[in-house]
Amino acid sequence: MARRVAIVGTGQTDHRSHRPDVNGREMIYEAVKRALDDCELSIHDIDAVVIGNMDHFESINYVDTWSVEGSGAVMKPIMKVTTGGTTGTSVAIAAYYHVASGLFDRVLAIGWEKNSESDTTAAIITCSDPIWDRFSYSGAIPSLATEASAYMKQYGATQEDAARVAVRDRTHALNNPHAHLRRPITVEDVMASPMLAYPIKLLDVCPRTDGAAAVVFAADGVAQKIAPKPAWIRACAVRHTYTWFGDVDYNAGLVSLQGASREAYQQAGIRNPAEDIDVAELYLPYSYAGLKWIEELGFCGPGEGPGFIQDGHTDMGGKIPVNPSGGVISTNCIGATALLRVAEAAGQVMGKASQRQVPDVEVALATGFGGCFWSDMVILGTVRP
Amino acid sequence: MTVNLDQVEPLTLKGQIAVPYTWWVGEVGSKFLIALRDEAKIIGNRCTKCNTTYVPPRKNCGSCFTDIYEFVELGNEGIVSAHTVVRFKYPLQPVESPFAYALIRLDGADVGLVHIIKRDLDRLKNGVRVKAQFKDPSERTGHILDIDSFQII
Ligand SMILES: [Zn+2]
Repeated sequence: MARRVAIVGTGQTDHRSHRPDVNGREMIYEAVKRALDDCELSIHDIDAVVIGNMDHFESINYVDTWSVEGSGAVMKPIMKVTTGGTTGTSVAIAAYYHVASGLFDRVLAIGWEKNSESDTTAAIITCSDPIWDRFSYSGAIPSLATEASAYMKQYGATQEDAARVAVRDRTHALNNPHAHLRRPITVEDVMASPMLAYPIKLLDVCPRTDGAAAVVFAADGVAQKIAPKPAWIRACAVRHTYTWFGDVDYNAGLVSLQGASREAYQQAGIRNPAEDIDVAELYLPYSYAGLKWIEELGFCGPGEGPGFIQDGHTDMGGKIPVNPSGGVISTNCIGATALLRVAEAAGQVMGKASQRQVPDVEVALATGFGGCFWSDMVILGTVRP
Repeated sequence: MTVNLDQVEPLTLKGQIAVPYTWWVGEVGSKFLIALRDEAKIIGNRCTKCNTTYVPPRKNCGSCFTDIYEFVELGNEGIVSAHTVVRFKYPLQPVESPFAYALIRLDGADVGLVHIIKRDLDRLKNGVRVKAQFKDPSERTGHILDIDSFQII
């Protein structure tokens, strides 16, 4: 029988394209200190640490041991978890497992990336199978462009529809002092930005960011003593599917997210997502995902994404605000990106999201996305499950 | 029908990963490397909580998990606390063998600085005193090998 678990503290760096003042380990330290300060714990209160990034982005292959000075894991159990784009939700869910298992009471999850240190595309292609996919379909853009084209053909969505998602996220980022890109953009700006691979243009995609995030998980009975209003884990779901990029059925939708959300909604007792969920921090690495993936999540029906966005339902003050933080399109420190979704969702539940707070949040949703169309999902709530 | 290796040639594909990296040294590490480059000086810093003097200096103490503020200038001399003499040759070695990798406890430091010793290897044993030999100023770039090597005194 799993123990109940809650998030009691979060911390993140002020994300930038470059952080010349710190190396990776020092940047991790910054996020960890902020998370500990947030819940008024000392590193000595932490029983175990889970950390993740993408090895090839910094060429650090043993981040668990290399980072201990910054993570605070000196002479503590520490485990590295790395799953590509979903790394951040994987470390969160692994930390949850640690505490739910009953073996640890207070566990720190850390995600980080120094994207400025490498060639992101050169590093990212190492996620593709070296024999079958790497030479013929590599990097992040081709598969996303295929998905976007298929969606446009299927439902008649336009480039302007997608641009509205980028504009929303970049507008929301103005409320987030930690966000990397904090300049507003318009639909016209997106449309005028350089075409990368049809239909994806420069302002449709996430940036490369230096940043780190840290989240403290605590067990039932311990959590209530640490935080006045802990963010309880109501559900976690993981769906990773990949061996062959060519096996993906681009007309079937993001099946990993469909599967993860079905399971998570069942765990959390959510029947009508757009009504039952108060705010969502979604791992949307490019604008078209903001149209299509909200359909997989059941916020609206198939093909209704563009109208749902245009009607403002996902804006601040809307039916289900999406990405009050500005999302991935405003900040993308890859190993931290999905953990930031969890941290931001927790901040919303705990009522600590300051200028980006959605009023009266009881249930918040966070997702992770990575590699070949993988999805993770975490649902947090004010009510102890 | 199954395929066995005696019926098919087992192919391999050649690959090579060559990703360029630019690691940020950070403000604390940069101060150390700039002192090597511009002043031929070795600096460390001291955690005032546990009184450990670290070299190279670092932003925080891993054990105390607190910031470190106090820089200290260390001497260019110290003693060898551990070493190994390398006899085999490999392209990634900093210099051609034979040479020694050594942990050097600089005067005033509480941890070892890892570096190399190139000469007098027959006299090398733990406890011998060594001195940093800096490269010529024109060859120094802000790199740990701006100290060319340590020399047995
Ligand atoms: Zn100390």
